[in-house]
Amino acid sequence: MKNLKMKKEFKVIADLLPNNTRVLDVGCGDGSLMNLLYKKKNIEVRGLELDQNNVQQCIHKGLPVIQGDAETELHQFPNQSFDYVVLSQTLQAFYNPEKVLKELLRIGNSVIISIPNFGYWKVRVKLLFFGQMPVTKTLPNTWYNTPNLHMCTIKDLFNFCDEKNINIKKVVGVNEDKTSHIKRGNLEIKNLFSKLGIFLIG
Amino acid sequence: MNSKLKDIKKIIVTKPLKLDCGKTINNFPLAYETYGKLNKNKDNAILVFHALTGDQFVSETNPITNKEGWWVTAVGPGKAIDTNKYFVICANVIGGCMGSLGPKDINSETKQPYGLDFPVITIRDMIRAQESLLDHLEIKKLLCATGGSMGGMQLLQFCSTFPDKAFSAIPIACSSSHSAQNIALNELARQAIMADPVWDKGKYFLKNVQPKNGLAVARMVGHISYLSEKGMQEKFGRKLQEKADYEFSFNADFQVESYLRHQGYAFVERFDANSILYITRAMDYFDLAKQFKGGLVEAFKGQKTKYLIISFSSDWLYTTKENKDIVIALNASGADVSYSEIITDKGHDSFLLEVPDFLKTLKSFIDSMHEKFKNEKRI
Repeated sequence: MKNLKMKKEFKVIADLLPNNTRVLDVGCGDGSLMNLLYKKKNIEVRGLELDQNNVQQCIHKGLPVIQGDAETELHQFPNQSFDYVVLSQTLQAFYNPEKVLKELLRIGNSVIISIPNFGYWKVRVKLLFFGQMPVTKTLPNTWYNTPNLHMCTIKDLFNFCDEKNINIKKVVGVNEDKTSHIKRGNLEIKNLFSKLGIFLIG
Repeated sequence: MNSKLKDIKKIIVTKPLKLDCGKTINNFPLAYETYGKLNKNKDNAILVFHALTGDQFVSETNPITNKEGWWVTAVGPGKAIDTNKYFVICANVIGGCMGSLGPKDINSETKQPYGLDFPVITIRDMIRAQESLLDHLEIKKLLCATGGSMGGMQLLQFCSTFPDKAFSAIPIACSSSHSAQNIALNELARQAIMADPVWDKGKYFLKNVQPKNGLAVARMVGHISYLSEKGMQEKFGRKLQEKADYEFSFNADFQVESYLRHQGYAFVERFDANSILYITRAMDYFDLAKQFKGGLVEAFKGQKTKYLIISFSSDWLYTTKENKDIVIALNASGADVSYSEIITDKGHDSFLLEVPDFLKTLKSFIDSMHEKFKNEKRI
C-alpha cells in the first residue's frame, strides 16, 4: 500500500535527484517513484522488481522494468552504469544487505537508501515497556510474518557507512510531513524522532 | 492447395538478395498477410515474425488450411494486439512453403522444383527478405515488431541488422543462439525425414509424394519439446485412448500417443518436408554474438529500440536463463529493456495459448509504446 507517508518519502528522494540523470530503482514496486521521476524530472528510469503484478503495473505505465531478485540478480548491471541507484525500504529485507549495498555502489555513481528507523521512539517504547516486537505504520508486520530480517536504526546505518568507508553525502530524516537534515551532531535526537531515514551515499 | 496459394498476397522482391551462404536470389516471391488498417500517421504498424512451422496467417482463418490463424489468441479485434487499432503484418519466411520462395518452388534454371538445390538460408537472410516488404508497404518505422521462438530470433536479428526500423520490440521465448539441445532436437527432426525412403534425397516431388512418415515423426519431436513435463502429465497422464485396458499391441493405447500421431499426420497436410530441413538449419546456424566482434552486447549497442523480453517458467526449449542472457546483454549495451517471466505450466507453447498474464503484459506494453511513439512522431 502506497500511503501518503510513502509519497513524502518519494518526494524527498525526488528532491535529492538532479534532472536528466539515469536512475535505477531497485525494488521499484508498481513504478510510482519511477513515474514521478520520469514525468517531473525527465529522469531516465529503470526498475528491478520481483513481483509479477508489480512488473505488469510498471509495463502498463510504460516504465522499463526487469523482473528479477535484487538479492541475486544485480550482477547483470554493468559497473557505474547509472548516476543513481535507489533502494526504498528494502535493505533490511535482504539475506545479505552488506553484499547488496556493495552491488548498488558498484552499479551507481551514488546510492539513495531509505530505511524504516528501528530507533524511532514509538518502536523503542513498544519493546521497552510492552516487551513486544513493535508494529507501527512503517513496520506493519508482526514478528512471524515480517519480511524484515535485518532491522537497523539510522544510527546503525550511519556507523556502518563510517566503518566501511562509505561516503555519506546527505541524510534526511522523515517524520510524517516533516523532514530534517541529520548529521553526527544531531544524530541521537533525530534517531529518536525520525520514522524513516534517507541516505545519499557513494 | 496449390491453386489457393496463387490467390494469397505476395510481392516479387526484385532487389537481389545476397545470402549468407554466398549465393544470390532475385525476383523471388514473398508472401504476406495484413490485418487492420495502417493509419495516416503510420504510427500503428506491428510486424510479426512467425516460428518454425508458422506462416503469414496470424489471425482470422487461414485460407489455405481453413483453420484458425496460429496466433488468434493474441492478434485480432479486441485482442492483446488489437487489429481495430493496429496494422499487423506477417510474411512467410523464405525457405518456407506458404507462398514465399522455398525448396518446393520451380528452379528457373532446371525447370524443376529446387529440392536440395535450394540454397541453405539463415535467419538473417529471412529478415533481409522481409525488409523489402516494409519498403513495399512504405513503412519507415514500425511501432513494434514481435515474434516467439524462431520469430523472436528473427526479431533479434532484425533489430541488430536494421537498428532504426522498430520503435519497440518484443522477443518472446527465444534465444540469441541455438543451444546444443535445440540443435540436437532439430537434427532428430531432420534425420526422421531423411530416414524416410520416400524422401529420396529431397527429390520426392518428382513422384508427387511427401515423406509423410518421416515428416510426422519430425513434428512429434517438436510437439514434445513445446510442452512441459508437468503440462503433459496433467493433460494426458497414463490415460488410455478410448479403451478400457491395454491392447497388447503397438497401436496408440495411450492418449499421449494418439495425440502425437494426430499432430504428426495432420501436419504433413500443410507442410513441406524439405522446408523443415531448411528452416531448422537456419535456426541452428543462428548465433547473433558470432556476427558481432565482441559478442552480444555489441549486437545491441546504440539501438534506440525499446525491448520487452518475455520468457515462460516451464519452457525447457528456450529457457528463462537463455532469455535472461539477452536481457543482460541489452542492459550492458545500455538499451531500454523490460523483462518478464510468466509463470505457467504450458511450456514453450505458452506464447500461442490463452495465458492471461502473458497476454496482459503484451497488451500493456504495446499500448504504452503506442502512446510514446505517437509523441515521438509529433516531435
